[in-house]
Amino acid sequence: MNLFEYIRPASTAEAVTAASEPGAAYLAGGTNLLDLMKVGAIHPGRLVDVTRLPGLDRIEQLADGGMRIGAMVRNADIARDPIFAKAYPSVAEALLSGASPQLRNAATVGGNLLQRTRCAYFQDAASACNRRDPGAGCDAREGENRAHAVLGWSQSCIATHPSDFCVPLVALDAVVEIEGPNGGREVPLEEFHLLPGTTPERENVLGAGELITGLRLPADASGFRSHARYLKLRERTSFAFALVSAAAALRIEGETIRAARLALGGVAAKPWRARAAEALLTGAKPDAEIFAGAAEVALAEARPSGDNAYKIELAKRLVKRAFLLAAAGTPERVPALPASVFVSDTGVPTHA
Amino acid sequence: MPDTIPFRAQNVRMGSSSGQPLTRRDGFLKVTGAATYAADNHPENLLHAVVAVSTIARGRVASLDVDAAKAHPGVVEVITPANRIPLALDPDVKVGLFGFRIEALQDDRVRYANQPIALVVAETLEAATEGVRLLAPRYDVEQTRISFGDGEAFEPVAVAFGSPPVAAVGDLGAGLAAASHRVEASYVTPAQYHNAMEPHAMVASWDGDRLTLDTPNQAIVLSRAAFAAYFGIPAENVLLRSPFLGGGFGSKAIMNGPYILCILAARMLGRPVKMVLPRAQMFGPVGHRGATRQTLRLGTDADGRLTALEHDAVATTSSFDDFLEPAANASLNLYASPTIVARHHGLRLDIGTPGPMRAPGEASGSAALESAMDEAALACGLDPLEFRLRNYAENDPASGKPFSAKSLRECYAQGAEAFGWAGRALEPCRMRDEAGQLVGWGMGSAIFHAPMFQAEARATLRADGTALVETAGADMGQGAWTALAQIAADGLGLDIDKIEFRSGSSDLPDGGVAGGSGHTATAGSALHNAGTDVISKLTELAVNDRDSPLFGAGNAGVDARHGRLYHRDDEARSESYQSILARAGLTNLEGNGRGGRDPASAEQRAMFSHGAVFAEVKVDPDLGQVKATRLVGAFAAGRIINPKLARSQLYGGMIWGISFALHEEALHDRRTGRPMNADLAGYHIPVHADIPDMEVLLIDEVDPYVNGLGIKGVGEIGITGTVGAIANAIWHATGVRARRFPIRIEDIIVG
Ligand SMILES: Cc1cc2nc3c(=O)[nH]c(=O)nc-3n(C[C@H](O)[C@H](O)[C@H](O)COP(=O)(O)OP(=O)(O)OC[C@H]3O[C@@H](n4cnc5c(N)ncnc54)[C@H](O)[C@@H]3O)c2cc1C
Ligand code: SF4
Repeated sequence: MNLFEYIRPASTAEAVTAASEPGAAYLAGGTNLLDLMKVGAIHPGRLVDVTRLPGLDRIEQLADGGMRIGAMVRNADIARDPIFAKAYPSVAEALLSGASPQLRNAATVGGNLLQRTRCAYFQDAASACNRRDPGAGCDAREGENRAHAVLGWSQSCIATHPSDFCVPLVALDAVVEIEGPNGGREVPLEEFHLLPGTTPERENVLGAGELITGLRLPADASGFRSHARYLKLRERTSFAFALVSAAAALRIEGETIRAARLALGGVAAKPWRARAAEALLTGAKPDAEIFAGAAEVALAEARPSGDNAYKIELAKRLVKRAFLLAAAGTPERVPALPASVFVSDTGVPTHA
Repeated sequence: MPDTIPFRAQNVRMGSSSGQPLTRRDGFLKVTGAATYAADNHPENLLHAVVAVSTIARGRVASLDVDAAKAHPGVVEVITPANRIPLALDPDVKVGLFGFRIEALQDDRVRYANQPIALVVAETLEAATEGVRLLAPRYDVEQTRISFGDGEAFEPVAVAFGSPPVAAVGDLGAGLAAASHRVEASYVTPAQYHNAMEPHAMVASWDGDRLTLDTPNQAIVLSRAAFAAYFGIPAENVLLRSPFLGGGFGSKAIMNGPYILCILAARMLGRPVKMVLPRAQMFGPVGHRGATRQTLRLGTDADGRLTALEHDAVATTSSFDDFLEPAANASLNLYASPTIVARHHGLRLDIGTPGPMRAPGEASGSAALESAMDEAALACGLDPLEFRLRNYAENDPASGKPFSAKSLRECYAQGAEAFGWAGRALEPCRMRDEAGQLVGWGMGSAIFHAPMFQAEARATLRADGTALVETAGADMGQGAWTALAQIAADGLGLDIDKIEFRSGSSDLPDGGVAGGSGHTATAGSALHNAGTDVISKLTELAVNDRDSPLFGAGNAGVDARHGRLYHRDDEARSESYQSILARAGLTNLEGNGRGGRDPASAEQRAMFSHGAVFAEVKVDPDLGQVKATRLVGAFAAGRIINPKLARSQLYGGMIWGISFALHEEALHDRRTGRPMNADLAGYHIPVHADIPDMEVLLIDEVDPYVNGLGIKGVGEIGITGTVGAIANAIWHATGVRARRFPIRIEDIIVG
């Protein structure tokens, strides 16, 4: 019988204990979890509602100049926080380019990090899916896969991680704060999500009962605030997941790039940090040629996993554009169509 | 642009209501939540039904765990082919003109994914939903045929609802041979599912042999008879109530299996049953727009005149029934050509049977035709608008008949002027905006036939000078309650606030079908005639009554307006409706009317609405993302009863055109046939940010032949023309021709 328990713990410790049982799942905004339960893709036996845990709903400035966001802060509230948006404009832009206002009002930080892939075969209980049902096979391999991964995929799974939020976060070295049965720990977001390999069911490093309590952005991440953009290609102007997205950030002194950051979304089972491309840019002059070179480097390992070879070329072009826009400077305010190629109040010609 | 359409003498004289941009009379109820949709009904003792649907597309249901489902608390019954009571009609027989073969658990065969294979009925929706899960069906699976490559080809005997599959005028070979330029191009259009905001829903209750149905329906009285036929009861025994529909688009005009199962459950269990299809089940048993593959061959002479137009369409249908999207027929009535051939082939796939979906045939056919016309214009070195003007059809190319009225030239001229079309470069890739985005302009012609069905109406003038007007019409959101009431008020010579308008229930006179863009014309004519019937009876009373100021005025000598009859030669002589009735000792006076096409004018004239759509798109030159940035549509559709509603309909049609061109596509897994994007996160339709600056121009048109009121239709024409205009604008921006719809980023960046 598909009856499940609903628990609303009063403290983090209680939550962790309640969720350590097999079959338990944390319930945050529910915008992803409940949908998957309704379509029958997942059947948790116990829901541990963490939305009212004390102390997880704050955005704080840290003494070292960084910022900390509680796991229960709603996506909309982060994007609207003026101090946060000023320090990490590409994160705010990424958030505002995702989902719809209603969903952003409900979705939490923790839930956004842990949202599941949008692979249609994962969501369809009647399909074979290694991620849902280890060893069952992967129906996406020969199926509708034009939006699937081009980097880091394996024979077992070719799904992508759908989050926009995570892409600039990975670029900016965000750190995930975790509480678990064995106490607290911290994991860099870049290492938090796992590539599928032969165990696609292991999507991240969390162990049983582990709860995300917060997210930290280091102080030096705000050093990119004058040259940070998020750009997202999608099949309608708003309210669609990324086919490919890129978060590009630069620290420019005079004519020289002192530091560069790049992460891609929609290309792999995790937000994809492209460190080799960053290295290429460091010390270079910010121009179209070097950005094109960085794009080549970033996608050097990419291979189609199905009808999606076009995504490789698209990702390259997008990376180049994202850097051009970043170099031109972060706009004063988040554009009316966040992360869209159709808003360019920076004056950067799109055909440069 | 004036908001009020002036009075035109050529048609029936209308009163003060018609032509006014009245706001929808049901709008307040809808925005306050007071409008009751079918699923808002909760009769006592209600049971909930959930359909179990198949996850395979072809084969047999080998087993269902009925015991497990029945054991679940709250589950009352599981209906399967093994225990369902017989129907009076074989579900594999088609009933009436709009009949379809349906799946009502007649056997264990599976013919498409999402086909009903059982019905679970329970005390709660949750229990029924869980019961469905517990059925854990097993199947004997057969090879699925789902794409153009693996379907079973056949030559159809008819397309759509009985139209000939081939239509030809002239000598195609000679026309092509005579051409100095030839263009051949193919286009694929995808399967699209109606997905009205309100899903299909029903509450069914039996009382002995009488059946009450609360269900959204576009053809209320016709459907009443069809429902009755499946259960072997007289049509009058069925009361079908459909006061509000949350959209229909053709899907709610046709019969489907889940409805029959819901009624059947109510009968078997002796309790009212509610069934609401979840969004995913809208992809299968309730119709869709079938995919097509179309090939056009156009020949033109040195002056850019068509010498031949051939439109060949492969239309997909189910393995067990025929509804072929009549796409090629889009080429029959628009452009002059000495020879036109429209030809359809069928392809059977393991899908639910397609059905009529807003502008069936015209939408997909126009997408291909208007794209091909653009290619032909280029081949001739002509501006696309100039090319269309050179091929302007003065008479209907298919039949040779004159048009009842055709104002397409005015549409072209005013649309082009409003858009600023003049000076457009012929070649692609010539325009950029200040940010460097590629900009392109394209256009397309719009056409939609102006049919009429049959409708009846009743008008009852009451002693207090108000009137009750009744017809079982359907308001799907298009505004029928408002536009029809406006016509009814004018028929009676009453102000609209004196009219009580009843509609949307099968115990009223037959309002016909809200489909084919013919509802306002048909039900409106019936209502107007019912009003005039009342007025002529009233006149009869007055002119024969010595005590009336109108005594002796004679039938022809009286005008009815604002609740009074006026002597036509002496306005000072008048009398109110109330006093005429009072003196005659009547508490009310009833009139009846019918609406339908005059067969003689149908014989003599071709009847169409026309339009021209101009589109601007921007395309990112490197990244291929497309945005429609400007749309102007100019439409001539006879007399416009309510310009505000008409504009809304045309906006809606054009927005669907954007959807068709850029977004909408059902993705069926090529192995299992299951729709893989059967929700509104995956099945993309435009959101607000996709909708550009839009302008609709209503071109004044007097059509003396289409019907007495001069009304055509505006419900569907907006999609036609628009899809091609956008595709052509994309070509103009990028040089890339669309070969399939929707046009995707990879089509543009790969070229
Ligand atoms: C129609 C639609 C469109 C969308 N479009 C976009 C888009 O364009 N871009 C985008 O980025 N996202 C998009 N989303 C996804 C959306 O961002 C996620 O659904 C949302 O962020 C999930 O957050 P939630 O709080 O509702 O999580 P829930 O649904 O409550 O949980 C999601 C998962 O996270 C786990 N979880 C939640 N919180 C914690 C925690 N603190 N510790 C451990 N585990 C936890 C849950 O157990 C569950 O597995 C879309 C969603 C929908 C429905
Ligand atoms: S790609 Fe991954 S998520 Fe999708 S079906 Fe295959 S295994 Fe499952």
